[in-house]
Amino acid sequence: MDNSVVIKNLDLNFGSVQVLKQLNIDVKDGEFLVLLGSSGCGKSTLLNCIAGLLEVSDGQIFIKGKNVTWAEPSERGIGMVFQSYALYPQMTVRGNLSFGLKNARVPRADIQARVNRVADVLQIGPLLDRKPGALSGGQRQRVAIGRALVRDVDVFLFDEPLSNLDAKLRTDLRVELKRLHKKLKNTMIYVTHDQVEAMTLADRISIMKDGLIQQLDAPEVIYAKPCNKYVADFIGSPAMNLFEGTLTGTTFTGADFSVDVSDYDFAPGDRRDGTAWLGIRPEHIITAREKETTFQGTAEIDIVEPMGSDTLVWVDFAGQSVRVRTEGQSGLKSGDTLEIGFDAARMHLFDKTTETRL
Amino acid sequence: MADLTANTASGPRGPKPKRPFSRTNIFLYGTLLLVSLYYLLPLYVMIVTSLKGMPEIRMGNVFGPPIEITFEPWVKAWSEACTGINCDGLSRGFGNSVRILLPSVFLSIVIASINGYALSNWKFKGSEVFFTILIVGAFIPYQTMIYPIVILLREIGLMGSIGGLVLVHTVFGMPILTLLFRNYFASVPEELFKAARVDGAGFWQIYIQIMLPMALPIFVVAMILQVTGIWNDFLFGVIYTKPATYPMTVQLNNIVNSVQGVKEYNVNMAATLLTGLVPLVIYFASGKLFVRGIAAGAVKG
Repeated sequence: MDNSVVIKNLDLNFGSVQVLKQLNIDVKDGEFLVLLGSSGCGKSTLLNCIAGLLEVSDGQIFIKGKNVTWAEPSERGIGMVFQSYALYPQMTVRGNLSFGLKNARVPRADIQARVNRVADVLQIGPLLDRKPGALSGGQRQRVAIGRALVRDVDVFLFDEPLSNLDAKLRTDLRVELKRLHKKLKNTMIYVTHDQVEAMTLADRISIMKDGLIQQLDAPEVIYAKPCNKYVADFIGSPAMNLFEGTLTGTTFTGADFSVDVSDYDFAPGDRRDGTAWLGIRPEHIITAREKETTFQGTAEIDIVEPMGSDTLVWVDFAGQSVRVRTEGQSGLKSGDTLEIGFDAARMHLFDKTTETRL
Repeated sequence: MADLTANTASGPRGPKPKRPFSRTNIFLYGTLLLVSLYYLLPLYVMIVTSLKGMPEIRMGNVFGPPIEITFEPWVKAWSEACTGINCDGLSRGFGNSVRILLPSVFLSIVIASINGYALSNWKFKGSEVFFTILIVGAFIPYQTMIYPIVILLREIGLMGSIGGLVLVHTVFGMPILTLLFRNYFASVPEELFKAARVDGAGFWQIYIQIMLPMALPIFVVAMILQVTGIWNDFLFGVIYTKPATYPMTVQLNNIVNSVQGVKEYNVNMAATLLTGLVPLVIYFASGKLFVRGIAAGAVKG
């Protein structure tokens, strides 16, 4: 079996509101797919549809080649991990882990063995007889992951599992999740609004907005070649700088500058000229004139934000505030002028009206 | 600079001292004391009167403590006072009330909790409409339904029986209890319910194994509401039962309001206290349970 989860023309309406619109996704076996988007984009809704917790309005869902569109959540061969952990408060950790197995009428000895195995994998053995109330946030989430693991399913669904944890713990568990995926090789579908989680964990990211998939690609591709202005703006922290202007032939003219974009890797097609957006990431703006760049200019520094490993500099350029990321502690001060330059190869051009990549 | 060091050495340091007789405290505790006296005075009068003999009562000192303590009025109220031709005191009414109370409380809470659970977690087409209708039911004055229910009970042959009154109490408790349970279950994180469904639990399994253990506090609240409400009910009791099945409240009224013979104030007081004892015990006993229930039901993730 090549594809693990297949979603075909999925529609979901709440009353007259279209929440998901004609979605098509093929998730390969063993793939780690991240559904990324800002709140309200339908990513969690889609996950709930896959889990069978929401009834779809139209379309089909296949898991492991079986049409599960009308199947109960427990019949779909999925395990799910929730943001609020959703552990049963009155049961011990062991009770939480074995609840699903008891419902599936797995023999008692078998349950015991599976619970112990999962407890080993997640290192929650000593916690088995405690209640969730006596666990820390990280331990609770581990137990919640364990509850999905113990069911021995093909597909894991994660609904923002790390969002309730503090920053340090989130990083730790993120790495652990990645390790777990490497070990288990199960298909995982992971919903998050955190682009760092998405970039680090995913084999492929699906960026969603208003119930539509904007781009479904490997993280590197999404970063290097965002398919439209929304994705370009959404991915990358700090966000990409966008300039409004006109594209004529191989020259982009902004408010008070113009750039030669003959090195730009245009998408195949005819129409190029007209109003457009030029995008350049803060980390791709070169501050020192060591290198020959396609465009050079000077800008006045507004604010300097040192972040330790690098420094974020806000400069006034072309009538707008532009973010520039420089390495190390630059010693730059507010009020100084800064020489900036960028490369056509690392720019992004988007059509003004359709906002798609040129 | 020298000033500053002097100040830090001699100035305020450590916890702020508290004066026990500050003006705020005097006001606060004074008011509380006054109000509680005002509320407890009638209870005091009832208790002392119930412990006096009739000659002592006739002397007229209502607030005076009993000179000679006697428990005879209590015994009489419980087992000898006459209502009509029955002279077995309140004991018969107590038995009736218990036989009315237990099934009514049990049935109404069981049904209402399932209602509330279904309405908050298993929304079906028209569930909101159903719920609205149920809530509107809570606002219809009881008086308009008295006679139709008389006919209804007569037709199904339950008029005058304890079963009939149990049915009435169960039905009338439904709107408010369903509202109570629905709101409580709605406050249980939805993800918990989803997790249970992914784990393969069905309607009853989720109700019994997941929801019930977490709902102890609201069950206690519902129990207090129902026990006191049903025990203190007079209207339904007097209408839908007959002398042999009168609940305690109705019998109390008949004892206190009997027109023949001397007014036995001490017996009346004792009978009233006896009747009020059950709700009182419920409040005292469940108060503790209630607090414990809330503490144990901490569901925060």
